[in-house]
Amino acid sequence: MSLDQTEKLGKGDPAAIEGDVLDIIAHQAKVERATVTRSTSLAELNVQSLDLVEIIFALEDKFDIEVPYNANDPGSAGVSFQNVGDVIDGIAKLIAARDVRKTA
Amino acid sequence: MNRVVITGLGAVSALGHDLRAHLEALRAGRSAIGPITIIPTEGLITKIGAEVRGFDGNAYFENGKLALLDRCAQFALIATREAVAGSKVSFRQGLGSRTAVVIGAGVGGQTTLDENYYRVYAERAKRLHPFTIPKLMISAAASHITMEHGITGPSFTVASACASANHAIGIAFHMVRSGSVDVAITGGTEATITFGTMKGWDALRVMAPDTCRPFCRDRKGMVLGEGAAVAVIETLDRAKARGAQILAEIVGFGMSSDAGDIVLPSADGAAAAMRGCLADARLAPEDVDYINAHGTGTAANDVTETKAIHAVMGGHAKRLAVSSTKSMHGHALGAAGALELAATVIALREGFIPPTANFTEADPQCDLDYVPNEARLQGIEVAMSNSFAFGGQNAVLAIRRFT
Repeated sequence: MSLDQTEKLGKGDPAAIEGDVLDIIAHQAKVERATVTRSTSLAELNVQSLDLVEIIFALEDKFDIEVPYNANDPGSAGVSFQNVGDVIDGIAKLIAARDVRKTA
Repeated sequence: MNRVVITGLGAVSALGHDLRAHLEALRAGRSAIGPITIIPTEGLITKIGAEVRGFDGNAYFENGKLALLDRCAQFALIATREAVAGSKVSFRQGLGSRTAVVIGAGVGGQTTLDENYYRVYAERAKRLHPFTIPKLMISAAASHITMEHGITGPSFTVASACASANHAIGIAFHMVRSGSVDVAITGGTEATITFGTMKGWDALRVMAPDTCRPFCRDRKGMVLGEGAAVAVIETLDRAKARGAQILAEIVGFGMSSDAGDIVLPSADGAAAAMRGCLADARLAPEDVDYINAHGTGTAANDVTETKAIHAVMGGHAKRLAVSSTKSMHGHALGAAGALELAATVIALREGFIPPTANFTEADPQCDLDYVPNEARLQGIEVAMSNSFAFGGQNAVLAIRRFT
């Protein structure tokens, strides 16, 4: 990974991660960004199964991470997709693991 | 209207390269799911599949011909040879023009497409082999069958994703029943275990990492299969007149569309196709002994299909047997219905119900008799075979034992 790509992916700053995750979820759910908060549930945003798969795709692409999500076995992902805050926290953990891998 | 019977059958899948191998594997309840070996799996989440193992096209086709055949066309031709040989039908003396070829395929020449895209996009190849297009076209398998057997009647390919083969067989059945042709070669073929396709399946997040466990509490999704199965079907009068072997009778075909979701199934849509099939066959729910389920092993399908069976069969739902042979030969997409027809015909002929392999513990929402793990010695008279595709295209066949 080159320096400028690392730049683009962000350095794991929590506020930036939260902002990016909110952007992605709001965009996929087709709602105003301002209406989405940490306590918003994905169900109330009417995120259907394919929407969720697209959100995960966008998150993986944005942060260069792998989210081990299987629609048949959602519990195995290690990331909860109940509330927006769960997603932010789960993604932050995966980004931290990514950075450990890259510096190792 | 003509009665329509199956007089020849051939199959190639992970279970083996001929019908005999299928019979043995189905009776033993042996799952052929294992590590994918025909492509590198580094970079894939899904590393298992139900491959046609030990397959070498050179054993079946001379060099000049092989160059024109995608893996899916090879499977279809091999299954057709077995079916035609078994039926002892001869297409000479005009029968070729009274015969149809109707083959289901979900994707077509995917290996050819993948390899050639790689050459142009990744390797920047300046030119591609001139057979690229005739190899990759989804209808190639049906065309090659007509050429190899001298069939000049109608031929075409039916695509409805995972229901392609059932749609193809059902349409061919109706063509023979109505008298528009006397004989049909029909089935399905698929070979899509390619790196590009597997990346696509990975992205959809529905593939099992371990194995295919339809209707189980701990099921984790589907496992991709590949292969082909082909039947020779003809009017009962014709089969009797020429003293042909009669393997089973096709008695009904029903279709419906969910008009719902592009991936999620609908119990109403599935039930409508099953009801349509029973009506077409003039059967009552109580007549059905066995259902070869669509049974993909995904969270959504298995619960939805169970609901649909309850809705159609009422109190009889708990008395009939339901199994998913995808637990053994994987989900072969456009070939699925054909491989499952082969399994169903074997079950009717041999007097056993193929099991749902890899069975652990039933999902509480799946409360039917799924014939766990071991084939059941039981004579059956009437069976149905379900195929419910992505995009809500449903097709159900009914088969009766011929005595």
